[in-house]
Amino acid sequence: MDALKRYFRSPAAVAGLILLMVVIAMAISAGWLYPRDPLALAGRPLLWPFSNPRFPLGTDNSGRDIAAQIFYGARISLLIGGVATAIAIAIGILVGAFAGYYGGWIDNVLMRITEAFQTLPNFLLLLVLVAVFGSTLTTVTIAVGVVSWPAPARLTRAEFLSLRNREFVQAGRTLGLRDLQLILGEILPNALPPVVVYASVVMAVAILLESALAFLHLSDPNVASWGNLIGLGRDVLRVQWYVSAIPGVAILVTVLAVSLVGQGLNDALNPRLKSR
Amino acid sequence: MRILSLAGRRLAASVPTLILILIGVFLLLQFAPGDTVDAMMAQMGGGDAATARQLRHFYGLDLSIPVQLGNYLWRLVRLDLGFSAIYGKPVATVILERLPPTILLMTASLSFAFFFGILFGVIAARDVNKWPDTLISTLGLIFYATPSFWFGLMAIVVFSVYLQWLPPGGFEDIGGVRTGIWHAIDIARHLVLPTLTLGLIFLAIYLRIMRASMLEVLNLDHVRTARAKGLDETAVIARHVLRNALLPMVTLIGLQAGTMLGGSVVVESVFSLPGLGRLAYESVVQRDLNTLLGIVFVSALLVIVVNFVVDLLYARLDPRITVDG
Repeated sequence: MDALKRYFRSPAAVAGLILLMVVIAMAISAGWLYPRDPLALAGRPLLWPFSNPRFPLGTDNSGRDIAAQIFYGARISLLIGGVATAIAIAIGILVGAFAGYYGGWIDNVLMRITEAFQTLPNFLLLLVLVAVFGSTLTTVTIAVGVVSWPAPARLTRAEFLSLRNREFVQAGRTLGLRDLQLILGEILPNALPPVVVYASVVMAVAILLESALAFLHLSDPNVASWGNLIGLGRDVLRVQWYVSAIPGVAILVTVLAVSLVGQGLNDALNPRLKSR
Repeated sequence: MRILSLAGRRLAASVPTLILILIGVFLLLQFAPGDTVDAMMAQMGGGDAATARQLRHFYGLDLSIPVQLGNYLWRLVRLDLGFSAIYGKPVATVILERLPPTILLMTASLSFAFFFGILFGVIAARDVNKWPDTLISTLGLIFYATPSFWFGLMAIVVFSVYLQWLPPGGFEDIGGVRTGIWHAIDIARHLVLPTLTLGLIFLAIYLRIMRASMLEVLNLDHVRTARAKGLDETAVIARHVLRNALLPMVTLIGLQAGTMLGGSVVVESVFSLPGLGRLAYESVVQRDLNTLLGIVFVSALLVIVVNFVVDLLYARLDPRITVDG
């Protein structure tokens, strides 16, 4: 409860939460406000925003409603960001927990692999994965998750290293708990909070990675995503720059909201660090 | 000498990592639909199965995968990255041609982010929780959330289309043959927007770290001593705080080297710079897997080299770091 109170005392955190709520509301209401396919032809191409009340944000190169694509794009960004983050955190916890708990050669091998992933630029690995497995919504989401796990893994490992010899763990050990019970039941709940807070950073990066991929026409072309729309608007950038500008603002707002909420959570859960 | 042996040991430790990456990506690329020969046949406008078989035999693609992998690694030892069927040149040549713009862009962006990160971080930490701090921290958050490619496009709209101050893309003017200083100025003009675009996210990270690091050092005892001696605030910061607060910033360069290379893929595509990142994108689109694997190798090598330099710098900045450290 204290943490909750502390969270709402920070204006930045509250602003982030409101922005995030707005984006989530957009994602939920998309089907209801725009029952038609957002990628279907809607009107004359390249209408400027506010010039036609039917299309408050105008239309793109091929006459599709930009507002509808923004609303549906919120779904895609949140979906990819959320699922990819869940994948990254799950792999990260698994790797980090085993490496930190067992130490020794298991730690050595797992950390070598983590290092390999960190040495390879993650956007480059993303390109390789997309080149190999194609660019459907599912493969892109998994690929983004797969390139994002090293940092959570390192964080989990550090937590496990500092917790594994604490008294409560040793007490569990003397009680005869098995390794898996100790890892899942005793250490993990204590190691989890910083990792969960870090999930916001992973999610922000995941949304940016997917939008960059979509901008390069390497993400799923059959869904209305913000990155796709920016890539499309690039062809008419010189005059109709709004086609690219509008979805970019949407990405910015979403990533900002996720980061602010994450930072707010961090400050609320670690009150001693707040003065920084 | 001690520093060198420490960094050398770290460098040696990165060799297995490099091999791991190569094996991993090599095996991964075996799952890719279509191989080099398919790409070549498509470029030639098709051909019969016999030709394809001959070509596969010529490039050693008919061997088993472990043998192919062994061959590849053995050729790598001799610095032979294979042949790019799309560009009709050895991969090493193609990559070497594309490396200078990327290195130039990365160095420029890094310097930009590093310098202004320090500057803004110091200003924010000096007036913590006052309006300059709030402004800088807010801007940092916004920069961090800005997709770099989008910022690049908007910068083109403003500075190239409307104001017409800077060229919208490319590495140099093709028309005028310039020499010496004018050539350098021309390239610099082309690199202003890409540098800002790539550097912006890193600026946001650097200023945040610098601010936190400054605040931490400002609370240390030696700073109180310096103040008690009667030094003015500027002298305290310049001589006693800055040097200590710089350490995490240097570490960050090594950590971010990979991210920066990844970012250059997008930025080079936005500004059509003929660099390594754009080459990576092109080889994905054209299914030039040999080149892609070569880029993976060179990028990993580049990241390792940057980390080696950072190790050297780090040990130089902080004499407490020893071989055991």
